[in-house]
Amino acid sequence: MSVYETLRHFADSHALIAMFGVFAILCAWPFRPGARAHNRTAAHSIFKDENDGE
Amino acid sequence: MQAEAALGRAILWFAILLMSIIVAATAADHGFAVQAGIVALVALVLMMMSATRFDPVGRARGFFRMPEGASRYDDDVIRWGVIATMFWGIVGFLVGVFIAAQLAFPQLNFEPYLNFGRVRPLHTSAVIFAFGGNALIATSFYVVQRTCRAQLAFPALARFVFWGYQMFIVLAASGYLLGITQSKEYAEPEWYVDIWLTIVWIAYGAVFIGTLVRRHEPHIYVANWFYLAFIVTIAMLHVVNNLAVPVSFMGSRSYSAFAGVQDALTQWWYGHNAVGFFLTAGFLAMMYYFVPKQAERPVYSYRLSIIHFWSLIFLYIWAGPHHLHYTALPDWAQTLGMVFSVMLWMPSWGGMINGLMTLNGAWDKVRTDPIIRMMVMALAFYGMSTFEGPMLSIKSVNSLSHYTDWTIGHVHSGALGWNGMITFACVYYLVPRLWRRERMFSLRMINWHFWLATVGIVFYAASMWVAGITQGLMWREYGADGYLVNNFVDTVAALHPMYVMRAFGGLLYLSGGAIMAWNVWMTMAGRLRDEKPMRDAAYDPAADRPLPAEPAE
Amino acid sequence: MSISDPEPDNLPLSQEPPDVEATVRGHKRLERNITLLAIATFVTVAIGGLVEIAPLFWIDNTIEQVEGMRPYTPLEQAGRDIYIREGCYACHSQMIRPFRDEVERYGHYSLAAESMYDHPFQWGSKRTGPDLARVGGRYSDEWHVQHLTDPQSVVPQSVMPQYGFLGETTLDIADAGAMLTALRRVGVPYSDRDIARADEDLIVQANPEAGDAADLLARYPKAQIRDFDGDPARVTEMDALLAYLQMLGTLVDLDSAAAQEELAQEKGR
Repeated sequence: MSVYETLRHFADSHALIAMFGVFAILCAWPFRPGARAHNRTAAHSIFKDENDGE
Repeated sequence: MQAEAALGRAILWFAILLMSIIVAATAADHGFAVQAGIVALVALVLMMMSATRFDPVGRARGFFRMPEGASRYDDDVIRWGVIATMFWGIVGFLVGVFIAAQLAFPQLNFEPYLNFGRVRPLHTSAVIFAFGGNALIATSFYVVQRTCRAQLAFPALARFVFWGYQMFIVLAASGYLLGITQSKEYAEPEWYVDIWLTIVWIAYGAVFIGTLVRRHEPHIYVANWFYLAFIVTIAMLHVVNNLAVPVSFMGSRSYSAFAGVQDALTQWWYGHNAVGFFLTAGFLAMMYYFVPKQAERPVYSYRLSIIHFWSLIFLYIWAGPHHLHYTALPDWAQTLGMVFSVMLWMPSWGGMINGLMTLNGAWDKVRTDPIIRMMVMALAFYGMSTFEGPMLSIKSVNSLSHYTDWTIGHVHSGALGWNGMITFACVYYLVPRLWRRERMFSLRMINWHFWLATVGIVFYAASMWVAGITQGLMWREYGADGYLVNNFVDTVAALHPMYVMRAFGGLLYLSGGAIMAWNVWMTMAGRLRDEKPMRDAAYDPAADRPLPAEPAE
Repeated sequence: MSISDPEPDNLPLSQEPPDVEATVRGHKRLERNITLLAIATFVTVAIGGLVEIAPLFWIDNTIEQVEGMRPYTPLEQAGRDIYIREGCYACHSQMIRPFRDEVERYGHYSLAAESMYDHPFQWGSKRTGPDLARVGGRYSDEWHVQHLTDPQSVVPQSVMPQYGFLGETTLDIADAGAMLTALRRVGVPYSDRDIARADEDLIVQANPEAGDAADLLARYPKAQIRDFDGDPARVTEMDALLAYLQMLGTLVDLDSAAAQEELAQEKGR
């Protein structure tokens, strides 16, 4: 088998599954319970200052 | 002390002047000599100003009525950025209307300097890099200071970034008219301008990252991630795609390090991600800060914005090959490009939904606040063009649309609708705050701008859809005799009415920009227009009560 | 500069309860560490390009082997530079797709090998005018000169700009050898002799009386050697552009290329 075909098989199988797995985990990550308060704080952080220096 | 500094500056400018005169005199080609002459002229003017200790920037600051005195944040360079955004925006739109008119009326070509082929890159660079780039640099400096609660790191370097970037624009733009181009779309500047931009860009990254490092806020707000991805990725794309060997260090011409297929894919890897990271990630950063600020409510879902960020930047980079469907590029690369382009639809719409839903509970503002209305329209066009893009990247659709004006229409619904509208909204947000005015000179003029721009885009996009599909179908039309029906020039002639309509749409968009320039100018001057408040629909407090806000965070 | 763990008094605005602080790790660390965030971003955006672009440079079936491809002559290359300078690529593609209508309109679909010496490529992205990948030999030199000088006099409905100035401008190449040397540095196989004779080749191709045309033809097979613009007295930019346009798509013998390509298909392209 040529190098091209070997890589092609790898890309079509294990690499694809691994990439999808990493993607799914990363997508789920912000939704873990511990992150709720943290995300709320971050989203509100742009409103904390009365004075934006203008 | 001051005199010494002025003397030092004058000597620096004199050295640059001397060098550019030597380069101009020994240049291998005419264009390179002219470019060196431009640098020499700039250096001469600055040298004389330094020598007479005349402070041109201070004088101009007075001209633009910039507020004096101490401020919590370093906003001077941002004010200049807003002015440059306005100026280059008008230039870019004007040149766009001009080349649109050239396609409808070829008599408007004036050889050699104002032929379509030389002016077209001037238009694309003026709107993308000059208008868009200045908006990105200005807003990123504004946002990073507020979200970090810290002043800009390296203030002198920040000024170098701004003025150095303007120098890049002037050299690139004058180069196109002189015929200096690499011919790589959206990467036309030649090797020496590329090197200059690389230096400016590294300085930009240093200022931005340096400010993040100095922050007094534990969390890096999501808008800054998008700005960061934009800066990092554009650096990578710019350096790789512009690898080239100059014919002479005293001449403008260089040859790309890559050839044929490899060059094509490298270019469209760059070209598509110039869209993905310059015109999308950077402008999404603007959305993630200015939409919540203007709506006065936090972004709809901060979690969604995290997913949006990682999936957008991961997927975008793969999509380049969809510009090369059915070409000599290997099939597997084309298929990869198509698949990732289609997947890209999801994070794009995730971002659009996140932006639009931020207005949940504040939708009444769409009626009374033309800035919010512009933001909503920008997001709607973002959603539309990020649906159209994946559709056009499907190979069977692309076989019809590629090489036609459909692509041009798609690009402009994104550029005029998304990038233009969100930039206008940000400028309207920024000017009163940066110049410490109560509000913009006129809200009603913003409303006029909104409608002129929207109707202009409709004319533009609709005429280009019709033109693209018409031409695509005419090219492949067969008669009953089994021969092609149309000569190529028949298809050109058929597009004439659409080209006229497109130029008209562009004219409307330009006039909206002119109204904006006037509005901004009067705001800077400290004037408030005496006008009726915005409320163009009957308002019933009982019926128009906003729903209780429940952000999904 | 430690920024991931700043001093508490730098954080007057942190309002998170300590238990959250204690349990949340991972992405939060990323969100608070600019170095990590920048590196993670760079890795994420680098993957796609690496997987798609890198293989093109070394897998053997990116470019089919075809007979007949040769580097451009100095005059053709000078013409190509003018083609680029005038932004012709903004309206003309050089990439024929494998569709019935395109093949009938423009000729055999383009092969990757046909642009293997193109630094940069000129495939284009828009056809305001027709594809030019195989325009070579389709029209006479006189037609081209007339068409470039005043397109509407030949094709009344054309929207092409006028390029009459090309015929009035003497070709100004300071050092054709330097041009070829730069191209050799990026991989075009010019010989030392090609480079040494570049300045002479440049003139001879448009004015065969001026030197050894047979030598030029021996080094650049199928080179078209004649006065192109009808003005034998001097070599103009029009000569150079026509030398380029008239050779586009003429180098490869497509029958043998098609045979070669079938072979490539069987190898699992």
